[in-house]
Amino acid sequence: MTRVWLSVLAVTLANWLLKASGPAVLGDRTLPPVARSVVGLVAPVLLSALIVVELAGPDWQGLDVREIVGVGVAGAAWALRAPLLVAVLLGALATAGLRAV
Amino acid sequence: MSTRSDFAAGARTATGPAAATFVLGVSFGAAAASAGWGYAAPLAFSALAFSGSAQFSLLTTLQTGSALAAVASAVLINARYLVMGVALNDSLRGSRSWRAVQAQALIDASFMVAHRGDGRFDVARLMGATAPQWVCWLLGTLTGLLLQPDPALLDRLGADVVFPAFFLLLVLDEVRTVRAATAALCGAVIAAGLLLVTEPGYALLAGTAGALVGVLPGRSEPEEAAA
Repeated sequence: MTRVWLSVLAVTLANWLLKASGPAVLGDRTLPPVARSVVGLVAPVLLSALIVVELAGPDWQGLDVREIVGVGVAGAAWALRAPLLVAVLLGALATAGLRAV
Repeated sequence: MSTRSDFAAGARTATGPAAATFVLGVSFGAAAASAGWGYAAPLAFSALAFSGSAQFSLLTTLQTGSALAAVASAVLINARYLVMGVALNDSLRGSRSWRAVQAQALIDASFMVAHRGDGRFDVARLMGATAPQWVCWLLGTLTGLLLQPDPALLDRLGADVVFPAFFLLLVLDEVRTVRAATAALCGAVIAAGLLLVTEPGYALLAGTAGALVGVLPGRSEPEEAAA
């Protein structure tokens, strides 16, 4: 159990440091314009990478067509002006329905 | 908008991810219980680290490998927070230590919810989006520890769709310029390719290199969006 606790505390501490490092090092110094252009793109880039990783899984072994259909349904519902939460819920229902068949 | 209404708007937008976080928390709690972690360690881990990917990684690798390797792999999964912290810093106020404290609210879904589209972030919105997800993650962990449900049940409910669907809707909202679309495509392609040869944490971190599209000469984002 000591092994578990030490590992938990080590990961927790590292997690805090990873989040704190940028702001603690940079302080109130602002980034130059080129760097600002780059960080402005971090959100869309990370979002698209997260979608791929969530859907494909390690070694692309997690790929499930029913999950992709659910995500597609959510996207279509949103494009048809459904509120965000409703669109996501419709996507989950579509996948649950396909898995129940 | 005031700080309070921004906080509330962040919390409202994060309702979907918070529900999914609860479900993921249940599966983490159930897996920790079956791994013999007891109650205190998983609850403390969820409350203090609040990181699904790192927590699942540690839980699974600690059972099969050395503690050092398990910790290293869990930490690397979250290396993207270094990049996200730098991106967030221009929007934070106060001393270095206060900025470091505020940055603890960084999690994937909140980072996206708080992005205003020009590399600036709404910090109150970030906090508002993180608060319900933290509560749901903790309650989910506790529920999983107590009930230990069958993991297949969560799958049958389609819970795994919530995060990728939420991220898809946010990226559709984010990608308003050719430059942002190109960068997002680069990030997706890099992550997709690296998933074949490395762990998801490395693939995600390397995927952020897609943002280097920003160093290419061209119109700034606001100019391009207005064009």
